[in-house]
Amino acid sequence: MAVIAHDPSMPTQTHAEVTRDVIRTITEKPTRGYYILAGTMAFLTLVMFGTLGALLKYGLGLAGYSPPIMWSVYITTFVFWIGIGHAGTLISAILYLFRSRWRTAVYRSTEAMTVFAVMTAALFPIIHIGRQWLFYWLLPYPNQRYLWPNFKSPLIWDVFAISTYLTVSSTFLMVGLVPDIAAVRDHVSGWKKKLYGWLSLGWTGADSQWRHYTRAYLYLAALCTPLVLSVHSVVSWDFAMSIVPGWHGTIFAPYFVAGAIYSGVGMVMTLIIPLRKVLRIEHMITDYHFDNLAKLTLLTGSILFYAYAMEYFVAWYSGNPFEQMTFWRRAFGPNWWAGWSMIICNAFVSQLLWFPRIRTNLTALFVISVFINIGMWFERYVIVVGSLANDYLPYVWGQINPTWADWCILAGSFGWFGLWFTLFYKNFPIVAIQEIKEMIPMQRRSAAARGH
Amino acid sequence: MATAMSGVLAAFDHIDAACGAIRELKATGHQDLTVYSAAPYHELEAAIGDPVSPVRLFTLIGGLIGCAAGFGVAIWMSRDWPLLVGGKPIAAIPAYVVIGFELTIMVGALSTVAGIIILSMMKSLKGRPYSPRFSDDQIGVFVPCRADQAAGVEMLMTQHGSVAVSRDA
Repeated sequence: MAVIAHDPSMPTQTHAEVTRDVIRTITEKPTRGYYILAGTMAFLTLVMFGTLGALLKYGLGLAGYSPPIMWSVYITTFVFWIGIGHAGTLISAILYLFRSRWRTAVYRSTEAMTVFAVMTAALFPIIHIGRQWLFYWLLPYPNQRYLWPNFKSPLIWDVFAISTYLTVSSTFLMVGLVPDIAAVRDHVSGWKKKLYGWLSLGWTGADSQWRHYTRAYLYLAALCTPLVLSVHSVVSWDFAMSIVPGWHGTIFAPYFVAGAIYSGVGMVMTLIIPLRKVLRIEHMITDYHFDNLAKLTLLTGSILFYAYAMEYFVAWYSGNPFEQMTFWRRAFGPNWWAGWSMIICNAFVSQLLWFPRIRTNLTALFVISVFINIGMWFERYVIVVGSLANDYLPYVWGQINPTWADWCILAGSFGWFGLWFTLFYKNFPIVAIQEIKEMIPMQRRSAAARGH
Repeated sequence: MATAMSGVLAAFDHIDAACGAIRELKATGHQDLTVYSAAPYHELEAAIGDPVSPVRLFTLIGGLIGCAAGFGVAIWMSRDWPLLVGGKPIAAIPAYVVIGFELTIMVGALSTVAGIIILSMMKSLKGRPYSPRFSDDQIGVFVPCRADQAAGVEMLMTQHGSVAVSRDA
């Protein structure tokens, strides 16, 4: 008799087991470790808002802005978080259209990560503008001076791109959650039943609901697909549309998109490697899923490797002394440590993932994912700060002098992001119940009658 | 509270059994069925036989409105207070592609969600019985019918392999 190998993309549980296992992650009493984690994140968030309060009172002089580096740690961190937010929609929307089955177990956590990362990123331009209470000047509204935003500016493009990305990725997350919240509603009692009942918007899984839902989900995925690729392109044009050396490159859009996905997948692994153990869902998110995530990391990491090499090549080939100097300083200038951190963590560390044994060794993957997070922050730092520090005129050259206000906001942003994610995974299904069930074939009477 | 609708509710463990029952119910003139399932299944969709959802029209119209609004707002506002920026035309179309594109996606996505809500509300499910097992591992089929038809429907459901049949009101 032929032995049929188990397809690793297929869940091994029954429908009832999927419901039970996922809802258990919500209904189980939180452990002391959970409260410590959530408390730490809340503390860091308070640090961020406390620092923001000080910035509001005393102004941006508290942070390390010194000419010519007027885009500093805040803009570096903004680009970092926006990048993190890209893997989620790639996995949930693009891989959905490609019918890639391995995405199903991990897409909810990545999508939640996306929304919270974009929520974190969106704080930074507002912090950076100085008079934070006037942020609404960025929006086109009829004001008493009859002035409108400059739609030719990449910074206004960015306002539209980030607002659209936050709106659409939140919408996509919430639409996906509705049937799963209804499943939770049906398995809890008391005030929780009322709360989840309200959040499930009257979902019952009736054919008249699925009929519109499934088509709409497909169209949402189709709309999200170009959006993922466009948002970080638009962010990259904040730099590439200028004539600052090291920024003015046509390679920037694909380079930033690949970097964004690379950093996002890195953060996904940092989050879900410990999370699956804490929530005891190792049987749902398996080595197979990490192997695929690692392959995606390898692909995007290799694109980055190529982009780094091309940047140096183009700088040399251009014959432009300013461009050449910028890239020489990245490797051998005062910030050489940042330049090499970026190259080692992103271009070289990712190449370890050619080895299948590393791709399925979760400790190794976790360590690599942390290196990716560090490397990608440094990439943003090198691009933003490194180029501004040494412009065309040696007279205005300068160095960055970050202060406690920079570091507190940076640390606080991890707290703010982590707090949302921590609250999310304990209150909402972190694995998509409905989509996992869709992959499990329903029982058949004819098969049961044959004794299968 | 909505008044319970009279009819028969049956639960199925097996998808082929549920599909068989749905087909026969449709053939015997019961068109207004409600079929519950924890996930969408093509087999059930085929048995129910509803046409493709018109939600795509919401996506299309929303996307077109967003695109027009994006270009329209940028062009109108530029012309309303004409300032020459960077030597570009007052209304610089290539620069406005980003605004047009982003609003196409945003309005298209929001109108798609509005489409799910509006179209789902067009068929009221109020008063139709439901069981929590339907979001877990069973398929439910509810058939609104008069009391004198109920016995026949119950028998049909049982013959097709329903594991639980109940009569409402």
